[in-house]
Amino acid sequence: MSAPATLRKTPLNALHRRLGAKMVDFGGWDMPVEYSGLIAEHMAVRTGVGLFDVSHMGDIQLRGRGTLDAVQHVSMNDASRLQTGQAQYSALLYPQGTFVDDVIVHKFSDNDYLLVINAGTREKDYSWVRSQAGRFDCHVSDYSDYYTQLAIQGPRAEQTLQRLTNADLSQVKFYWFTWGTVCGLPNTLIARTGYTGEDGFEIYVPSSEATSERVWKEVMEAGREFGIVPCGLGARNTLRLESALSLYGHEISDSINVWEAGLDRFCKLEKGPFIGSEALQSVQAAGGPERRLVGLEVIERGIARDGYRVLDLAGNAIGNVTSGSPAPFLKKNIALAYVPRALAEPGMEVAVEIRGCPVKAKVVPIPFYRKPKKVAASAV
Amino acid sequence: MAYPANYRYTREHEWIDVSGSSAAVGITDHAQDSLGDIVFVELPKVGDRVEKGKVFGSVESVKAVSDLYAPASGTVTAINEDLTTAPEKINADAHAAWIMKIELSNPSEIDSLLTAADYEAYAREEAGH
Repeated sequence: MSAPATLRKTPLNALHRRLGAKMVDFGGWDMPVEYSGLIAEHMAVRTGVGLFDVSHMGDIQLRGRGTLDAVQHVSMNDASRLQTGQAQYSALLYPQGTFVDDVIVHKFSDNDYLLVINAGTREKDYSWVRSQAGRFDCHVSDYSDYYTQLAIQGPRAEQTLQRLTNADLSQVKFYWFTWGTVCGLPNTLIARTGYTGEDGFEIYVPSSEATSERVWKEVMEAGREFGIVPCGLGARNTLRLESALSLYGHEISDSINVWEAGLDRFCKLEKGPFIGSEALQSVQAAGGPERRLVGLEVIERGIARDGYRVLDLAGNAIGNVTSGSPAPFLKKNIALAYVPRALAEPGMEVAVEIRGCPVKAKVVPIPFYRKPKKVAASAV
Repeated sequence: MAYPANYRYTREHEWIDVSGSSAAVGITDHAQDSLGDIVFVELPKVGDRVEKGKVFGSVESVKAVSDLYAPASGTVTAINEDLTTAPEKINADAHAAWIMKIELSNPSEIDSLLTAADYEAYAREEAGH
């Protein structure tokens, strides 16, 4: 069985199928959802190491003397605080203060930045950045198809990848990156980033099928001692949910603003005007958002799912679950949901309507899961 | 995994194992494989009336919910309480992990269900092989 012709494929598509992965249509991409089993894959990343093909992610490069101004204009975080070799979580906003997409901004040099964007929004993001950056001295390029992006995630990720590169990974801090030879490929971008709430790296290698497969196999071999497993989008979703990381189309969208999404700490109004800043200031001046994203833990028997209604204890509909799932590591049923601000305090009780029945849940602090602090003398 | 020849099957991926006027009901190996790790089973209650083709419960994996449809009409005489605490038993052996037992109210309904060979062909087609 091969992928329907209309779906896009990463250079590792044939390999995923040979490995027997279950494939799904994810935002128009034919992607592996699981290989050995979602729970096993999730646990491998929390306790050892897992390997993900995330080549469907997009890469937009901005170059030229006006690049920093352009990045400052189109994104909400303060890119002027970045040093060369550093990355930051940020977002592209519409003038209303709602989301085009969330992004990771990497500073390659004063005049050279890379934005890593979501798969399902690649074309939209690229044309948005091009149109908005047009008045700056800055060239915008879509490099998405040039890279195979692999995510090596988990407490054993550093040891795994270190076997394949001359770069000293112990010197790369979380949300920093470096360049090194990886699997014999010189000048490979190695970023200590990820979407799992765990330590880990994302590497960007040339997108030829042969090279991509060779690197994948070498990473699997290097991680064998630590029980590395290939991981699909199923585990990627439950890992990011435990860590309360936003997913475009769920926690963030063109109808949700930054304050509602609780991403205040990545939005720097003090850096000066940018697209969306005026609207966000107005919301603040008017007393803040009326609804907020919260974490829910289901306390009765039942699993909250995306789209389910949130009720108050009198049975009135007050909001919606944006993402909900069993949490494989925490062994709880958790959800992210929008509720009125008055109910957005930890400890408040609400209900989730699960196939017609109200099931009790309580508001809990997010993230649900936080990675353990690094132990200085980890066993090598 | 082989589909027992003495069971009958639905297009919604349940199996039924009839002996006399009583029967055990579960979901197929193909169903458990499509769902992935099963983490939750909503069971009916003993004494409930179930009706052929109607929902009698649900199974949930980490990523999806799937309703359970009764292969035949009858009254629930037993439920597999083990599945409340160990739903993964369905993944381990779907054709042994029965979900409910019923007393059939109309045993002739069984005749319209799929045989093992028919179901296997149907499941293979659905999987796209």
